[in-house]
Amino acid sequence: MLEGYQPDDFFDEMFFSDGTVRPHCAPLFDRIAALDQNDFEARKATCELYFLKQGVTFNVYHDSRGSERIFPFDPVPRVIPANEWDHLESGLIQRITALNLFLHDIYHDQQILKDGIIPRSFIEQARHYRPEFRGIDVPGDIYIHICGSDLIRDDKGEWLVLEDNGRCPSGASYLLENRKALKRVFPDLFDTSSVRSVDSYPLDVLEMLRHIAPRKSGNPVCVLLTPGCHNSAYFEHCYLAREMGIEIVEGRDLVVRDNVVYMRTTRGLERVDVIYRRIDDDFIDPVVFRKDSVLGVPGIMNAYRAGNVALANAVGTGVADDKAIYAFVPDIIRYYLAQEPILQNVPTYLAAKDDDLRYILDHLPELVVKATNESGGYGMLMGPAASKSEVAEFRERIIADPTNYIAQPVVSLSRCPTWCEGNMEGRHVDLRPYIIYGETPRIVPGGLTRVALKKGSLVVNSSQGGGSKDTWVLRQ
Amino acid sequence: MLSRVANTLYWMARYVERADNLARLIDVNRHLLLDNESLGSDRIADFWRPIILCTGDEELFQSLYPETHGEDVIRFLTDDPRNTSSIASCVAQARESARTVRDQLSDEMWEEINALHLFVRSDEAAHLLLEAPPRYYERIRRSVATFLGISATTHPRDEGWEFMELGRYLERADKTTRFLDTTSYLPDDGQGSIGAPGMLHWTAILGSCGALGAFRSGHHRLDAEGALSFLVFSRNFPRSVRYCVERVDECIHQISGSARGGFLNEAERESGMLLADISYGTAEEAMALGLHAYLDGLQQRFNNIGGLVFETFVLMPEMFESQRSMQQRGHDAITAWKEQQEQQQQ
Repeated sequence: MLEGYQPDDFFDEMFFSDGTVRPHCAPLFDRIAALDQNDFEARKATCELYFLKQGVTFNVYHDSRGSERIFPFDPVPRVIPANEWDHLESGLIQRITALNLFLHDIYHDQQILKDGIIPRSFIEQARHYRPEFRGIDVPGDIYIHICGSDLIRDDKGEWLVLEDNGRCPSGASYLLENRKALKRVFPDLFDTSSVRSVDSYPLDVLEMLRHIAPRKSGNPVCVLLTPGCHNSAYFEHCYLAREMGIEIVEGRDLVVRDNVVYMRTTRGLERVDVIYRRIDDDFIDPVVFRKDSVLGVPGIMNAYRAGNVALANAVGTGVADDKAIYAFVPDIIRYYLAQEPILQNVPTYLAAKDDDLRYILDHLPELVVKATNESGGYGMLMGPAASKSEVAEFRERIIADPTNYIAQPVVSLSRCPTWCEGNMEGRHVDLRPYIIYGETPRIVPGGLTRVALKKGSLVVNSSQGGGSKDTWVLRQ
Repeated sequence: MLSRVANTLYWMARYVERADNLARLIDVNRHLLLDNESLGSDRIADFWRPIILCTGDEELFQSLYPETHGEDVIRFLTDDPRNTSSIASCVAQARESARTVRDQLSDEMWEEINALHLFVRSDEAAHLLLEAPPRYYERIRRSVATFLGISATTHPRDEGWEFMELGRYLERADKTTRFLDTTSYLPDDGQGSIGAPGMLHWTAILGSCGALGAFRSGHHRLDAEGALSFLVFSRNFPRSVRYCVERVDECIHQISGSARGGFLNEAERESGMLLADISYGTAEEAMALGLHAYLDGLQQRFNNIGGLVFETFVLMPEMFESQRSMQQRGHDAITAWKEQQEQQQQ
């Protein structure tokens, strides 16, 4: 199965550059090598059927067919040894702790701006900054309750944070379903004693939700607020609600009376204490944000301000995962925690700074350019892969609105053996672990490994031809 | 339970039941035609007309298929996505409802209804429908039976269950009356007089309800009155109108938590009155009123019960004020669809 596999010049998750197997992957390598190719393919098809039957699908936007697709799944797992995971865990917890302190500061005294660590204009121009929420206290001073930071590894294998998704990160259901599918179809790949379990994720989230309930007595009512069944992540919303045993509600199921949120049930109104919302700030309350939103709950922001309902994540967290603010996260960590960042950023050039802008314009074909207010792989320029006209188009866009763009050198993401039409080939991967911040920060040992299935591609987003893998964090 | 969820479960069950009934109806009518050897192919469409009428889509059918052939009718009723009442459309709607409330269903229930949906859309289904229609309809019926079996063994007997049962039995009661009503639209016999239902028809109708064995063992005569007394008034046959209404009444009382035999809301009052009328009614009386008129009356009362259930448990009268704004916003289905997709995916 793995004969003739070429790590090439990339950092490979399973092999050293000379082709020998990394020690922590040796047991897995042996098991894969023992598999028969036809059997492997048949079982891969069984996995796909499993996802289709389970309805583990997503909708692709900007696709006129609007069809449901399964998220392609590669059965070869990505393995992370225990010592590396410990490093990631401490780095991510450091990061989310600092980001929460930062958000509390930004929505209160703004000491970090007064001290000149971040220029005020960067905050005020951040698309997701919500000045109307300054001075509002949130339960436990926690803003980002669930963070899905994207990590990548460079050509030396060093872990870097590519972005922090602190608004409504998605994908946790795939992390859980990938593990389920792999256990079911490839039980012989598992050495259950050495791979850490990810099953606790939904209960960890539930515990966090209960922790932030404003009413401390009794049994807080937690719900998951979804945009609705046409949203691409609807499967995940249902899945998580079911695993947590909480109601999944749409905006129209909720009503606000006297600054208290209720849901409409067959027996009348029932009070809601905590909302795990999977709907953007912009749409959550037509009274405060987008007036035309039909998905939101009129008045919910008043209930939130009055402290009668908790939201996870809090309103306005987008200022912390803004692509321009990202460049300041190492400084944010130093400022609030007086520690050196454990995990490094990808070097980032801010077009809003004159020096950086000049550099960006001079080096466009070598850089990745991102619009600060887009996500999901949209609004991006991959310099080395782009045509001349695309580069020219971006140049104009950047000059027209420099504050809206950042640029980064292309990081040649690490690769992982992946089954590609009858061959095992190296494909680029990233990793999204999910950090839950309740009473204490907690990370499920594992994450969603996304893989760019197209040969040579560095874009792993599901909307752009990405797939996923199970991620094993080893006990030892 | 969320009102929206209750409503969705109710409709999911109705659509599943509807798909099943349609599959039965079409399959039996096909058999009936095989016995009519003398029938010229140009008149086959006439024999499908009662079924189109009973699903209430004659206008749509005529606009889609100006020149009708027997095959067209079968396609129209079975897998034409343009017909929102076709089997394929019912299955798609049931599956979409299931997807919306998936957190309420057991994994196995979801898998079965999703599998049925995938089957109906598959090449295999298209092939079967062309080459071996009985096997196609059997697949549908078996899948529905599997779904019901799985529901019965994996779904807790909670409020959601009562709403599903309510939807299922209300739909079934309605469809049983429509099966019987097909005899009101029989084509003429070729000599200018309206065809009267004969043994063949009653056999076919009982067959589509899976009732032939039970009917025979009850020693009923095989005529209009016999079929009616069995399919409407039988106490214990699970497709008879009486049995279904009994279950509907039970479900509604179970949901509102009140004792049978009385009422707390209009839905209970209406179902109780209907149950009393059927319990103390006879086939003779119904025939005296005229079969079609009698069945039509029943169907109106079923609709009425459905409407009252919606008002009582979903709309909730005490909330009319906010409901109005919801209705205004209801026109914004497309906006909602767009906005749901517009959420930034992180």
